[in-house]
Amino acid sequence: MLAALPMSIDLQTVKKIASLSRISMSEAEAEAMVPELNNILGWVDQLGEVDVTGVEPMTAVIPNHLRLRDDVVTDGNVRDKVLANAPQPEHGFFTVPKVIE
Amino acid sequence: MTDLTDLTVAEIRDGFRAGDFSAREVASAFNANVAAASALNAFIVETPEKALEAADAADAARTSGDLKPLSGVPIGMKDLFCTQGVQTTAASHMLEGFTPTYESTVSAKLWDAGAGMLGKLNLDQFAMGSSNETSFFGNVVSPWRRNDGGNAPLAPGGSSGGSSAAIAARLCPAATGTDTGGSIRQPAAFTGISGIKPTYGRCSRWGVVAFASSLDQAGPMARTVRDNAILLEAMAGFDPKDATSLDLPVPTWEAGLSSDLKGKKVGIPKEYRPDGLDAEIAAMWDRGIAWLRDAGAQIVDVSLPHTKYALPTYYIIAPAEASSNLARYDGVRYGQRELPEGAGLQDMYAATRAAGFGGEVKRRIMIGTYVLSAGFYDAYYTQAQKVRALIARDFEQAFAQCDLLLTPTAPSAAFALGEEQDDPLAMYLNDVFTVPASLAGLPAMSVPGGLDAQGLPLGLQIIGKPLDEQSVLNAGLAIEERAGFVARPGKWW
Repeated sequence: MLAALPMSIDLQTVKKIASLSRISMSEAEAEAMVPELNNILGWVDQLGEVDVTGVEPMTAVIPNHLRLRDDVVTDGNVRDKVLANAPQPEHGFFTVPKVIE
Repeated sequence: MTDLTDLTVAEIRDGFRAGDFSAREVASAFNANVAAASALNAFIVETPEKALEAADAADAARTSGDLKPLSGVPIGMKDLFCTQGVQTTAASHMLEGFTPTYESTVSAKLWDAGAGMLGKLNLDQFAMGSSNETSFFGNVVSPWRRNDGGNAPLAPGGSSGGSSAAIAARLCPAATGTDTGGSIRQPAAFTGISGIKPTYGRCSRWGVVAFASSLDQAGPMARTVRDNAILLEAMAGFDPKDATSLDLPVPTWEAGLSSDLKGKKVGIPKEYRPDGLDAEIAAMWDRGIAWLRDAGAQIVDVSLPHTKYALPTYYIIAPAEASSNLARYDGVRYGQRELPEGAGLQDMYAATRAAGFGGEVKRRIMIGTYVLSAGFYDAYYTQAQKVRALIARDFEQAFAQCDLLLTPTAPSAAFALGEEQDDPLAMYLNDVFTVPASLAGLPAMSVPGGLDAQGLPLGLQIIGKPLDEQSVLNAGLAIEERAGFVARPGKWW
């Protein structure tokens, strides 16, 4: 059962989720998101009423075995293809802003 | 002379083989229709040269006797499939300009089978939507209009709305779609065409921009059941590059087509007839039941008791998987990058994703992040996975009493663009009849059932047992033969 669910999501929670999601959001955008997320999460809360005693969570819809393959290199030597769509490749590498001062 | 763009895939294939016309004539005719239909906004990228190139190869193959199953047939490709050298965007700003250096397995199979590409079809952004209003490249407009003379632009359904609009408008004889919660079936219903989502694992997901990996399945969309069988045969098959691909032979679905349903039992799930079900939808469903009985099937009442929980289950699982899948768009390896002055790495991620994703995509990432976050994971995500197991068990138990299920595809005909956009929840309810089969990984198809009083198409959905696409197609054929659906949108674009 979903007894532990909070009553509703507040602005601070929305900002925290946005931060976890790595999506920057203005104050106004975050405020607009509060009722939207509350509506949707309030609606999905009805799942709490389903009796799931003894039910295993479903992880695969069609029975299927994960396959093993030989532990060998199957591709490579495609550096330029890998970098072809990078926004800012340099000297054969992906680049990011400086992370260490 | 026949307008070549009125022909079905089977008629194009057979007429081309018989020498009635050349592949180049077919491709040119469709290219012309595509070029003249910019008002529908069905394509993000048009590739007339690709269609002609494949047509020339087909014409040469006819001379040399080296024909392939789809030689001479041009198709549309949903812009969720990576196509080598041709921009692939998932209708997002994030992937604007992304030009894959590889080809998705499904599209590669279609090209290997001789098909040509007319262009990349518009869709809801990252396949998230039911109306094609979330595309960064603008709404797709359905070729259909209400018969009230008002000319309100209507939704072609979604997410495969470019595909459905293009087929209904004769811009292509068939197209690929993908279906996560109804994205092939609902747009097919809205536009008076057919489409099938096969059993989860039949079509490789490799090279398809991922939305919700435990649900995403590719499938064909076309005007006839036979055309769907032809296309699905070319698209399906084992792919070692997709860990959930089924290692099974591809049945010869076209050769197996038969509208004789003697010995088949068709279940009618009572939960799909809630109080307040639209009267015209209910009447069409009743006609569908009569048609299947006429085809020899026995009709039985069945119950799928957890049906009402399917949508809320879907709207936990799909956003959870989406939030994980879309974490890859970080502005580093591909796609857009936003780098505000003086920004660090984390700021770049957040700015890139804020600029690159549309509102509905952000909303779903946020929901997914929340339901997977520490403290809420079990209450939301694990609970949803358990309810999903119960929904799948409902189907198993129903299929102990019958071979197929018949339901409406969508709770309404196409709505006007903008009509349901302001309320995400109202939009989600469009998928109420399609989502359960998605959660259970079952093959399911929509075929036209008729027109409503406004002159708009309505669809019937057939759901089958795992791997039994043949029975689904056969029941679809039985309906197609009896519905006699010949309506088409009047050309206004």
